[in-house]
Amino acid sequence: MSELHQEPTATQGEGRYVVGDPIADTRAPDSPIGDRWSDRKFSARLVNPANRRKMSVIVVGTGLAGGAAAATLGEAGYHVKSFCFQDSPRRAHSIAAQGGINAAKNYRYDGDSVHRLFYDTVKGGDFRSRESNVHRLAEVSLNIIDQCVAQGVPFAREYSGLLDTRSFGGTQVSRTFYARGQTGQQLLLGAYQALERQVAAGTVEMHPRTEMLDLIVVDGKARGIVTRNLFTGQIDTHLADVVILCSGGYGNVYYLSTNAKGSNVTAAWRAHKRGALFANPCYTQIHPTCIPVSGDYQSKLTLMSESLRNDGRVWVPKERGDDRPPNEIPEDERDYYLERQYPAFGNLVPRDIASRAAKNMCDAEHGVGPGGLGVYLDFSDAIERLGRHAVEAKYGNLFEMYQRITGDDPYEVPMRIYPAIHYTMGGLWVDYDLRSTIPGLFVGGEANFSDHGANRLGASALMQGLSDGYFVLPTTVANYLADAPFEEVPEDHPDVVEAVESTRERIDKLLSANGHRTVDSFHRELGQLVWDQCGMARSKEGLEKALDRIPSLREEFWRDVKIVGTGDGFNQSLEKAGRVADFMELAELMCIDALHREESCGGHFRVEHQTEDGEAARDDENFSYVAAWEYGGDDHRPVLHKEDLEFSYVHPSQRSYK
Amino acid sequence: MRLTLRIWRQPSADAKGKMKKYVLDDVEPDMSFLEMLDVLNEKLILDDEDPVSFDHDCREGICGSCAMVINGTPHGPQKNTTTCQLHMRHFNDGDTIDVEPWRARAFPVVKDLVTDRSAFDEIIKAGGYISVNTGSAPEAHAIPVDKVSADDAFDAATCIGCGACVAACPNGSSMLFTSAKVTHLGLLPQGQPERATRAMNMLAKQDELDFGGCTNVGACHEVCPKGIPLASIAQLNHDVLGATLSGARSD
Repeated sequence: MSELHQEPTATQGEGRYVVGDPIADTRAPDSPIGDRWSDRKFSARLVNPANRRKMSVIVVGTGLAGGAAAATLGEAGYHVKSFCFQDSPRRAHSIAAQGGINAAKNYRYDGDSVHRLFYDTVKGGDFRSRESNVHRLAEVSLNIIDQCVAQGVPFAREYSGLLDTRSFGGTQVSRTFYARGQTGQQLLLGAYQALERQVAAGTVEMHPRTEMLDLIVVDGKARGIVTRNLFTGQIDTHLADVVILCSGGYGNVYYLSTNAKGSNVTAAWRAHKRGALFANPCYTQIHPTCIPVSGDYQSKLTLMSESLRNDGRVWVPKERGDDRPPNEIPEDERDYYLERQYPAFGNLVPRDIASRAAKNMCDAEHGVGPGGLGVYLDFSDAIERLGRHAVEAKYGNLFEMYQRITGDDPYEVPMRIYPAIHYTMGGLWVDYDLRSTIPGLFVGGEANFSDHGANRLGASALMQGLSDGYFVLPTTVANYLADAPFEEVPEDHPDVVEAVESTRERIDKLLSANGHRTVDSFHRELGQLVWDQCGMARSKEGLEKALDRIPSLREEFWRDVKIVGTGDGFNQSLEKAGRVADFMELAELMCIDALHREESCGGHFRVEHQTEDGEAARDDENFSYVAAWEYGGDDHRPVLHKEDLEFSYVHPSQRSYK
Repeated sequence: MRLTLRIWRQPSADAKGKMKKYVLDDVEPDMSFLEMLDVLNEKLILDDEDPVSFDHDCREGICGSCAMVINGTPHGPQKNTTTCQLHMRHFNDGDTIDVEPWRARAFPVVKDLVTDRSAFDEIIKAGGYISVNTGSAPEAHAIPVDKVSADDAFDAATCIGCGACVAACPNGSSMLFTSAKVTHLGLLPQGQPERATRAMNMLAKQDELDFGGCTNVGACHEVCPKGIPLASIAQLNHDVLGATLSGARSD
């Protein structure tokens, strides 16, 4: 925070936050956009290979971004320590990504190019992302596919032996590379294998089942982390020259989401409380095609890949409350509402638009299934046109998964789907080099806010994770390390001791409450509140309601939570409690961010700000900025720092997919 | 549904474990097996009892975390299905269900149903990769891969590393796991330069750890939630034989 911290100048939003200094510089090179990344690579300082092993790097998280960064920095010869809370780095949640990864290879000769991928991503993000970063992402996309193929990632191929691609939402070209419905798994295993190779080579020290609980900042620089060994409960410190967080997104603030149960915001939130700005927390992505909730015991939601919208047609009955089985509803009594409302993109409109359209249909009582919270995704036309065999080859595993969960056979009956929280575009603020506002703290993957603006396009998360991990961080972190190794931090340094002590106190406080409610019951209540008021549609009134309730819920949590057992050993309730405590704080910042952003853009839809036909109404004049929040202290208001967005290459327009 | 559960409870790695009985009313057929355990755990916590520890994460059948022996079968009765994707509609009202951790020497119990499967990482570390550094890759289309090989490689690559194969094997062998990786990489042109040493090294590492030997029982394939073909093991044996004949040695 050293560079940004000044006395806040104004108080806003009925005193819920204060406005601080704007962020003037994102440190992107000042050249034409197509040259910026090459210029940065050339200007980045290098580290003599012989010196690299004296420099230590901590990487938290082993998903696509963290796994790729740790492996690549290990290959370069740095001394890397890699951490994950799972029992193996191979289990990071990137593994669950289904659909694919975008790259501007233009193998189809269908008009794709780096510039078009750049353009689509900026537009898809509803003009709330940073042009420099997005352009770099589009450039690097080419290298990612090459790298993964060389690692042996078994992408889908055509009979020619060349790579196959498919289409995804928000684009009119076919640029999505895939490995059946398990692209994330195959890419993650590629990164995991590269990582294990470095563990074998001795450059990477692997710490599985180890959770980061605090960031150690010494003399204004990130110098280490405090961790808890989940097997033994032991609290340790790990010190290094640089810390990289690739700890994923915060979708589990909603309790029900498509995230893995363990996905959490703790690493990022701890860094935020130590001074890193948190950007655009209200930008969350609701995925249109998930399996609807079936009961109040529900523990998570399951995504059905967006690729299904290539061949599936979304519809609802024209008649309100029509409860006939879908196969008995004749063709002319069905409303294929996406094809009707958005003829140019049809079923392949971006996620935010498809989700909102489904919600609108259900709100208007056209929804199907229990509680009317669902719409049909129908494959009968595709099966007729392509044959069952072809549909099976493309989507077989997804159909099986649907059948296992619901008991229905999607070859016979249309799927029922409903939107669910899937991804969070917000995250720790980073500059062009993916540096946070704490020197020495870098952030990659979903944990940063960098590339997707207010809405992420399908198949772009894998691209960003690998771009950050394989290509961006290794360059920019090396540039930072050119000044390392830094002065050694002794274990008894007051800042280290303080971080360890506060971690211990927190754990003791959680364990000593011995109240009456389980961690999950608090998490469910928080999740429902945030979903209702800061989910698919947000209003001033609802957000204020949430902001009134969250502090009291948080107070109740700390007073009345019940955790059985101790901190000295494997205790899953304790792990969860620490994560939920952080979600309780994040939820408040999300609602403040959503309340302050008096416009609709991408995944952030304020009911007060919509066009006549119900589309998001952006306000570029007043809100074309990144909202980067500074932690105000336990009893103080957060401070808003604005980073103005400049659009020199893609000119903001009302997004139209009609 | 009303169910009787008999669950393995073991407070820590060194402690002795035992089966403990719990009765659950109001189990819904649409619950997943893990959601049923969530419901049990919520009750246990409110009764001041230690909840049952179990590994789980994605709950979509892909991360490979969940690992339980249900009525004697790893991942339970439904074919090609992980524990997290098993739903209670496959059980009947009044059933008694036994729930145990993986039983294998190489996977010691940490607590209750949680085991330590880091031995799998050791096997991958011994050679389950293609040695290509970031940034050194040729253009992707420079390496065409015939579709049949690509598809077969993919089938082997879908292994989620859950360890059910080891838990089902009377010998506690990890042969299906090891062979899946050897097959995946060995079928691709990119994997050829290291094919012989990879097979030798991974096999040697597997033998060095606490896994048993393979006697072609086939139980591994039967319980594999991803249906990894048994032919993978033949492929591994083939590669090891070829490597031996060509004079390759493990490191």
